[in-house]
Order: sequence, then structure tokens, then C-alpha cells
Amino acid sequence: MIRQRPKKLKAQSKVKYELRLYTAGQTPKSIAAIANLKKLCAEYLKGQCRIQIVDLAKNPKLAKDDQILVIPTLVRKSPEPVKYLIGDLSDTEKFLVGFDIEAERRESGAFKNG
Amino acid sequence: MASGVKTTLPPKNSAVCHTLSKVLTGIDGFDQITQGGLPKGRPSLICGSAGCGKTLFAMEFLIRGAIKFGEHGVFFSFEEREKDLLENTASFDFHLNQLRAQKKIALDYIHIERNAVEETGAYDLEGLFVRLEYAINSIGAKRVVLDTIENLFLGLSNHAILRAELRRLFQWLKDKGVTAVITGERGNGQLTRHGLEEYVSDCVILLDQRLLGQVSTRTLRVVKYRGSSHGTNEYPFLIGDDGINVMPITSMGLDQTVSSERISTGIKGLDNMLGGKGVFKGTSILVSGTPGNGKTSVAAYFADATCRRGDKCLYFAFEESEAQIVRNMKSINLDLGKWLKKGALMIHATRPAKHGLEAHLAIMNKLIQDFKPSTVIVDPISNLISAGTQAEAEAMLLRLVDHLKSLKINTLLTSLSAVDQLERSEARISSLMDTWILLKNIEHHGERNRGIAVLKSRGMFHSNKVREFLITGHGIELVDVYQGEEGSLEGILLGSERIAHQTQGASSKIKSPDRAKKHKRKDELSNDPPAA
Repeated sequence: MIRQRPKKLKAQSKVKYELRLYTAGQTPKSIAAIANLKKLCAEYLKGQCRIQIVDLAKNPKLAKDDQILVIPTLVRKSPEPVKYLIGDLSDTEKFLVGFDIEAERRESGAFKNG
Repeated sequence: MASGVKTTLPPKNSAVCHTLSKVLTGIDGFDQITQGGLPKGRPSLICGSAGCGKTLFAMEFLIRGAIKFGEHGVFFSFEEREKDLLENTASFDFHLNQLRAQKKIALDYIHIERNAVEETGAYDLEGLFVRLEYAINSIGAKRVVLDTIENLFLGLSNHAILRAELRRLFQWLKDKGVTAVITGERGNGQLTRHGLEEYVSDCVILLDQRLLGQVSTRTLRVVKYRGSSHGTNEYPFLIGDDGINVMPITSMGLDQTVSSERISTGIKGLDNMLGGKGVFKGTSILVSGTPGNGKTSVAAYFADATCRRGDKCLYFAFEESEAQIVRNMKSINLDLGKWLKKGALMIHATRPAKHGLEAHLAIMNKLIQDFKPSTVIVDPISNLISAGTQAEAEAMLLRLVDHLKSLKINTLLTSLSAVDQLERSEARISSLMDTWILLKNIEHHGERNRGIAVLKSRGMFHSNKVREFLITGHGIELVDVYQGEEGSLEGILLGSERIAHQTQGASSKIKSPDRAKKHKRKDELSNDPPAA
């Protein structure tokens, strides 16, 4: 299920993380990235993130506008500063560290294994 | 150049027939060295150190493509932002903005922020492909530039993925059928820093900028061109207002056609020494001599003769200014001013040390191209050495003379010789010249008089006599040599001795016609034995 428009998760409480994932068509890496992203959000950012998926195959102009070279690219638009992650998100640690999620998670007191 | 976009090589005499399509770049001189431009539909690599002109080459490739050949182009810059690109090319007459507005050229700036990027798994450069495809399709581009794609190596740490993607990219470009120019920065010991030549190996061009003495020269060399013959030498090039100008060594073969028409040197006595008719049209004359012997005067007479015929003359002066030459010639009753005013004569005066030799050659070529003279004079050539080494100066003159020959332009070069090296120092240049006239000092009995001799003149009988060369307020005159009494040691009388003899009415062993008074010049020729 790849949509172009922003897609909200079920929970409605404060949306802290605005994430945008750039993909390019139905390539294996793109599909993997989408699946991984959903999993990560469900596990670590429940109710706190809003995901937007941009398929460059359908919207090539955005590749230039947003300066996207690598696919997949995940952008954390908020909280500031804007951060980029490239790759299919199979490395969970990098995702958490890269977006400072683990740190925040610990701060808010929510504990989870893994 | 015609609208010819494709140039095919003729099939070689072998079992396999090779035809390689090429695309004219429109860059002055480059298409000649490569015999048709860059390989069509393939990526070519332009490498060189910083500041060599890679970006300019690539940009001009696109601009000319759009203006001259109707091929649209996309410029992907990995280094400069669009604004900077526009600013940097503003000094050339490229009209980049206009071409963008007309959708003939598209600019795209690609940037990776190293510190903001973490790698979380497998990835590829599909985004780049998407952007490229979009840009190419949006204007129907046939030409693509990637400048400098090596910057990706700085931004992405996983070089294995990057290399795989580059391989894919160049194949993709080939499949798309676009002619691509990839620039790369010179590495240590290899052509490019990250080894781009591994992937882009159909055609590799190397740009260089060298400092010799205190003069910098830019050169271009075709390192590799698969499937095509090409000039393998280094060719110097210049960057002018109109972009890059490569100086190919044109027609270094000996296949020029010649004329049998004769033209006057402007000095009657000299014409007489040259078989009575002067020099062949389209040939080269060397006038050498020690200082102060009238080389410039001979050159000026030649210029005057050209203008009188209704032709144009281009005079390159490396020692005196235009005003100086005009004034000095006026003192010997030669009015160059009127030809200058008329536009039949152009004097271009520069100091040799101002540019490198190649710059001189390029400037001269350009002026020749624009002014289209039938005669070119270089006065003198001897101090061009201060702009390079002896060998380089000779090489440059060789190219110039050859080029002028191929254009069938009458050439006159003057050269200063040291007193003891009159016939030696010119040895190499003189072999190129068809006619060699020597002006020498004859010191004799406390007097210095000028003498003129024709050392050689190909294809015609010429006098072997040394004649007295007079420069007076009325102009140049050649006086026949006056023979003294039989048995006199020197036998030849010049200057005041001659005049004394003439007024005394003393006869000579061999009849030498008196200057102005008695005989006409007609007799002169019959006295001269045919020269060897």
C-alpha cells in the first residue's frame, strides 16, 4: 500500500515526528524500506509519528526540488534539525541513533526491550 | 561547420568494417584533432587538475550543441550551484540564461550533505537516475554533462555501492543514447582521483596547464579514443571570449598547391635580383641581417606593394610601435599612413614577452582569420624567443609559416642576426622559407655600407651578386656592384669609393651599369650568371 498523500497512524496524540520516505517505484529496496519504516514506527514511535511516502517514479520533479539522490532516503522533517537517513532501514540501531529516538525514548521513560 | 551532427569514418581496409559515429562539439579546433568530435551516444572523460578548463569545455560542448547543432543539453553540476555557474560563464558570450529560457539547456545542481546522512542499510542512486531522466526528458536533451561526478565519493562513504552505481549509470546513459561528457579531477599517478577512467573509457581527454619560465600554457591531449584515429600530440589551447580555441597543427603534410604567379617586393632592384619578376605568390620570404640594416624597411616596402595591388596586409610588429614604423618609413619616403587609414594595412604591435608563444600564435591566427590579408609580415621573429625557448619558438614559427602557406598567404619574416652568425643562426627557419634575403654590413676602408644578397629563392633564377643597398630620403635603391681596377685586392667598390670612381669616369672590367645616369637596368640580368 503505497500512497502519495500523508498517511496518519491510528493514534492521535501529539505528532512529534514528521517523517518522509522517498522511494522509487516498486524496487526491492523501496518495498523493504516502507515495510521496515512501518515496523519501526509501530515499535518505537507509537502514536508519535506521521509518515509521508513520496514515490519519485511518480513525482520525478521532487527529486530535484528536495535534492534527493539516494533511494531510499528517509527525512526527519521535525523535530528540528532536519536529518537524513539513507538505506532500506534494515539497521534499526542506525535509525534510532540517527534520529535520536532512543535518547528521547529513554527520557520519556518508556522502556522496551531491543 | 554544416549542421552535420554525425561524421562517420570511412571503412578501413579490413575484414571487419568499422563505423564510429561522432558528434561535433563545436569547440574550435577540437573537432579537427578528433576528426569529427566526441563519440556519439557514449560517455567521454575530460580530466585535468583544478582550473584547467574542464567545466568550460563541458559547458561549451552543451552551448555549441544547442546553438549550432540543435542538440539540447543538460548540465548536472556536482560542484557549483546554478547561480555560480551562470556568473562564471557570464564573461563568455554563451547566453546561457537565454538558452535556459528557451528550454535548450537545463542546469541541475546536485548536493549531498555529508554530516546529515546516516546509512541504515542497502541503498542505490536511483534518485540520481530519476533526476537525470526527468531533466533529459523535459527538454529532449541529446547531450549531458556530469561535472564533477567524483564529488559523490566525498559524500557517500560506501564506495562499493557507488562504483556499482556508476557502472550502471554509464550504461544507462549509453542506453539513453545521449552523448555525455564526464569531468574528473586529476589524481596522483592516475588520470582521475577515483579511477573514473575505469568506467568511462571510450574517449579520454586530458587537459593540462603548465608553467614554463613565467609563462603559462594550456594544453589538451587525446589520451584515448576507442575506434578512431586521432592526433596523439599535445595541442595548446587558449581561452578567449568565445570559449576554448584549440590550435591544431594544420596541414603538416607537404601537399599544398602552389602558384606560378609572381608578385613584386616593392623594391625594383630586388625584383630584378629575383629573376626579374619578384617572388612567387603565396611563398615565404626571410629577410635577415644585422641591426640597423633595413630589414623593417624591406618589410614595409613589401607591405606597400601589397596595398598598391589592392590587397590587404597584416603586419605583426614585435619591436616597434605602429607610430614608430610609420614615422620611420616616412623618413625614407614611404607613406604607410594612407594604407592604414584605408584599412588595407593593419599593424599589430606587441611585446613578445607579453604572452606565451601559444597565445601569440592564437592571437595571430585569429587576426588573420578576421582580417583576411593576402600578405602577413612578422617583424622581427628573432625576439619571440623571449617568450619561450629556442626550440619552442621555432616550433611555433613552423606552425605559423605552414598555416600561412596552406592559406596561400604571402609571408615575410624579418630576423635579427648576430654579426658573426649571419648565415648560421637562421639555419632551421630558413629551410622553411622559399626566399632568403640577407642584408649585411660591409665594412671597408673605414666605411660601413649596406649590402643585399639573395641567398636562395626556390624555383627561380636569382642573382648571386651582393648589391649595395641604399636607404635614402627618396627610398630604397639597389646599386650594382662597381668593379674596381683589375688587380685591386678587394675588387669591389662601395659607398664613397664607388662614387669617386663613377665621377672619375673610370671603366670597370665587367660592365656594371651606372646608377641613374646612363644605362637602364635592363642590362643587369644578362650580366648575372644563372645561380646554382
